[in-house]
Amino acid sequence: MTQANQDPCAHCEEMMQPYLDHILTEAERVEAEHHLDDCDWCRRRYRFEESLRVYVRTTAVERMPPGLMEKLAQLRTTDPGPASV
Amino acid sequence: MSGATVAEMAEAPPDATRIAAEARDRVRFEEEALALSDQVFRVARHLAGSREEAEDLVQETYARAFRSWRSYQPGTNLRAWLLRILTNLNIDRGRRKQRAPQTTPLEANDYYLYDKLAESDGAATDEERVVERLSQDDIVTALAAVPHDFRDVIVLVDLGDFSYQDAASILDIPIGTVMSRLHRGRRILKRELADSVLEDVS
Repeated sequence: MTQANQDPCAHCEEMMQPYLDHILTEAERVEAEHHLDDCDWCRRRYRFEESLRVYVRTTAVERMPPGLMEKLAQLRTTDPGPASV
Repeated sequence: MSGATVAEMAEAPPDATRIAAEARDRVRFEEEALALSDQVFRVARHLAGSREEAEDLVQETYARAFRSWRSYQPGTNLRAWLLRILTNLNIDRGRRKQRAPQTTPLEANDYYLYDKLAESDGAATDEERVVERLSQDDIVTALAAVPHDFRDVIVLVDLGDFSYQDAASILDIPIGTVMSRLHRGRRILKRELADSVLEDVS
């Protein structure tokens, strides 16, 4: 990939997911951080992505419906007995 | 060889000892599996299309797990083992058919969602606040709109905290495929979120 004639912000956008996943090479990571140091526009978008990931993870959580645990326990093939730990 | 003494072996025939040990292993397996049910449900909820489907799927998964407990290798990741059963059942139930196989899903660039949110908000606000403009409903609906193959990976890795390697073995796909689907899937998800926000505005 020729990065020289690519818009640096577009290139930074390409690196965002692998950067946040910690799978960039050391050289790529340094390159991304170098750009982020100077570019508030990209930095905002990286921060947003980080917040979004946390937000999706926490917001999407739905607790187990009441009664499901009981139904699952009834599927057991063994009898745990009163002394089961 | 067990460490049973000659006296013990005389009391209990080897078969009985083995059966008792197996029964104990089985009880322990079932208890460990049940202890994970809340976590299994949380992932299942978004692999399936609805809460009701997820509930059925989890029950089927546990029924199968309890029957085939011997194929679980103690010491390996039990949550991943359960999710592997669950995703296979989910695919068997025909969810695979719901996806249009040859159509290219809509994905936008990685900055697209932020740009749309910031644009419709007017004044630039901080990134943590911008995210809160998305409701739980927006997120659940957008996730459900992501095609199955991509959604499975997002749900396992981003919501379920599975490693790429675990996701690859649960879904029986190469790790490189996990990574590329995750990357594209997140873009599709953001596109869906942006669409839902734009709908709210109009």
